[in-house]
Amino acid sequence: MRHIISVLLENEPGALSRVVGLFSQRNYNIESLTVAPTEDPTLSRLTVTTIGNDRVVEQITKQLNKLIDVVKVVDLSEGDHIEREVMMIKLKANGQMRAEIKRTADIFRGHIIDVTPNTYTVQLIGDSAKLDAFIAALGTASILEVVRSGVSGIARGEKVLSV
Amino acid sequence: MELLSGAEMVVRALRDEGVKYIYGYPGGALLHVYDAIFQQDEVEHILVRHEQAATHMADAYARATNKAGVALVTSGPGATNAVTGIATAYMDSIPMVVITGQVMSYLIGEDAFQETDMLGISRPIVKHSFSVQRPEDIPSIIKKAFHIAQSGRPGPVVVDIPKDMTTPTERYPYDYPANVKMRSYGPISRGHSGQIKKAVDMLLAAKRPVIYTGGGVIMGDASEELVKLAQELNYPVTNTLMGLGGYPGTDRQSLGMLGMHGSYEANMAMHHSDFILAVGARFDDRVTNGTDKFCPTARIAHIDIDPASISKTIDVDVPIVGPAKAVLKEMLELVAEAKTQPDAEAIANWWKQIDEWRQRHGGRFELGDKMKPQQVIEMLSKVTNGDAFVCSDVGQHQMFAAQYYKFNKPNRWINSGGLGTMGFGLPAAMGVKLNFPDADVACVTGEGSIQMNIQELSTCKQYDLPVKIINLNNQSLGMVRQWQDMNYESRHSQSYMKSLPDFIKLVESYGHVGMKVERYEDLEGAMREAFAMKDRLVFMDIYVDPFEHVYPMQVPRGSMRDMWLNKTERT
Repeated sequence: MRHIISVLLENEPGALSRVVGLFSQRNYNIESLTVAPTEDPTLSRLTVTTIGNDRVVEQITKQLNKLIDVVKVVDLSEGDHIEREVMMIKLKANGQMRAEIKRTADIFRGHIIDVTPNTYTVQLIGDSAKLDAFIAALGTASILEVVRSGVSGIARGEKVLSV
Repeated sequence: MELLSGAEMVVRALRDEGVKYIYGYPGGALLHVYDAIFQQDEVEHILVRHEQAATHMADAYARATNKAGVALVTSGPGATNAVTGIATAYMDSIPMVVITGQVMSYLIGEDAFQETDMLGISRPIVKHSFSVQRPEDIPSIIKKAFHIAQSGRPGPVVVDIPKDMTTPTERYPYDYPANVKMRSYGPISRGHSGQIKKAVDMLLAAKRPVIYTGGGVIMGDASEELVKLAQELNYPVTNTLMGLGGYPGTDRQSLGMLGMHGSYEANMAMHHSDFILAVGARFDDRVTNGTDKFCPTARIAHIDIDPASISKTIDVDVPIVGPAKAVLKEMLELVAEAKTQPDAEAIANWWKQIDEWRQRHGGRFELGDKMKPQQVIEMLSKVTNGDAFVCSDVGQHQMFAAQYYKFNKPNRWINSGGLGTMGFGLPAAMGVKLNFPDADVACVTGEGSIQMNIQELSTCKQYDLPVKIINLNNQSLGMVRQWQDMNYESRHSQSYMKSLPDFIKLVESYGHVGMKVERYEDLEGAMREAFAMKDRLVFMDIYVDPFEHVYPMQVPRGSMRDMWLNKTERT
C-alpha cells in the first residue's frame, strides 16, 4: 500500500542524506521525496511517499524516528489528509492539437504558463492520481517533457505536525 | 573563561568527560591534536599499530564497563581503517566516540591529500555523526557525542574535525557543558505501566515460560533485576550470544545460549514454550532460525529500549519500549504484589521436561585421539574459575567459548556478535587488560582470526599488556570448513592455510612468551603456568582436532528445534 510519511527534520548539513541513506540501507522504497525549510528556518519538512506492507511502513517510521536529526514523524495515510503535487508538462502544440490541449488543460484546471509557436507548457496541481489522469487524457498529444515535484502532504482538520 | 585552541579543547573535553585512555594513530590532519595530547598528562593515548585495533580497544572497554570508549584516527586511510571497528560496535549497540581528522575545511570536496568523506562512509554504521564547522562548537559537540553514544540504545558516534578547526594559534573560550538538551533526541526512561502489567499477567499465567535475554541486559545494567525476577518465579533463562553472563551460566535455571549453536535444551524449550519474555534481545536470524516456524505455541512479550527492534522480524503480543532495568524493576514489584502465583505444578512439569532435554544432549562432545577445542575451553573455565574476561575472535572457537565457558557475571564475555569481525579478539583483550590490570584476560582465537590483527603484539609490548592468547589451532578456517563439510560435500575451498607462521618464534620476536601444546595431558599445567605469569603476555598455540564441528547446529530455515546434534544425528 502507498503511504505518505511526513518528517520534521533539523535543517542541518547531512540531515537529508541520513534520511535518504536510511531508505537505501534498509531496502525501503521511495516513490517521491520533497523537502524544503519551514517557517522556522531551523526545521525542514520532508514528505516521502513509499510503498510497503504494514510491517515495512511501521519499520520505516520507527527507523526514521531513530535518526537523531529527525524531530517528528507522521504517517499521513493513517488519517484524513490532503496531498498535492505540482506538474509542469511541455507538449507539442500545432494545428488542431493546440485547441485540444487547451481544452483538456481547462477541464483539469491547469494553466498554460509558457507558449511558443509549436509548444505549450501546462502547469497542473493536484494529487498524484489527478496528474496521472491528465497525462492519460492527453491521448495522442506529443509529450516533450514532464517535471513533477513529488508529493507534499498535510493532515486535515486541526492536527498539526510541529515541535 | 579559559581560552583554548580547538586541539586543546578536544583533549580537555575528553578529560572533562572522565576519559582516561584514548586509542589511536596520528596523521597529518590530527597533528595539532596530537601536540595538545603531548602537552598534558591526564588523558593517556595508546598508540596501536593499525586503526582497526584502536576502535576494537575502545569498543571492548565499553563492553566491559558500559561507558563509551574513545578512538582517535586521522583522515583518509586512518578513518577508513576504523570503519570495520565502527560497524562492529554499531551492530552490537556499543557506545563509542570516534574522533576522525579531516582535511582543512576549505579543501573538502577537492580530493585533497588523505581526504575521504568519513561522514558519508560511516553514515549507515553510526548512531550519529558530527562535523565540526566552528572550533568553538567542539566542547558542545563532544558532550553531545558522549550523550548520544551512551544513552538510549547505545552506539558509535563519529566526530569529524577538519584540521583548521584545531589551529593552535586560534583560541576560544572553553566551557564544557554540564547537560545536553536536544529537541530531536530524548531516550525513554521507563516503560508503559499498562503494558508491563499485561506482560506480568501473562508471565504469571504461563505454564511453559522461557525468559530470553540479550545484550540489552548487559548494556542496560539489568542483570541483577533479571536474576531476581527469574529466581523469584523459578523460570528458565536462556541468553543470546550477546547476553551471556546476564544470567549466571552455572545456575540451575540457566539453559545456556540459544540459537544456531545454542544448547539443545534452550532451543527445545523455546520451541515448546507457551510464553516468552524477551529482554533486550532482537530476534536475530541467528536466534530465530526460520521466522515462519518460530515458536509456534508461544505468546511473546518483548522489552526493548529501541521500538524498531520490536516486531521487526517476529510479531510480538506485548511490546514494551523502555530500559530493561527500569521495566524489570517494575515487573518485580508487580510480581511481589500479585494475587496470583505461577502454577507450581505446571512449572514443575516444565522443569521435568527441560531436565529430560538436558539429559539428551547436555553439551556433550565425543573425545578422540586429538585434543578437542571444547576441552580447551572447559580447561580455561576451570583454570580461571569462570571469572576471566574472555575476549573472543570469530569462528568455531567463538562458539565453543560461548558454549563451554560458563559466565557468571555480565560484561565478561567480549565478542563481536552482530558483525562477526575476525581480528576483534586481541585488540579487545588489550582494551580490557589496560583498564582491568589485575583481572585475568584471555583472548580466545584461532590461527585464522589472530593473523588479522597480529601486529598488535607490538602494542602489547609497548604498554605492557599481559593478556593470555588461547589460540585454538586447527590449521583451517574452522567454521568455513564446517559449512563446507555440511553443505558443499567437503570441498574445502580456500579454508585451509598452508603456510602458518611458527607462532612461538613470532611472539618471541615481539618479546612475549610462546607455548606450544599438542597433548591434552599437558594442557592444564601449561595453562596454569601461563596464567601464573602475571606480567607476561603468553601465546598458547594449542593444536586441536581440525575435523571438529560445532554442535548443536540448527538446520537452515527450520524451526528452533530442528538441529544437528552431532555429525550423524539430528532431531
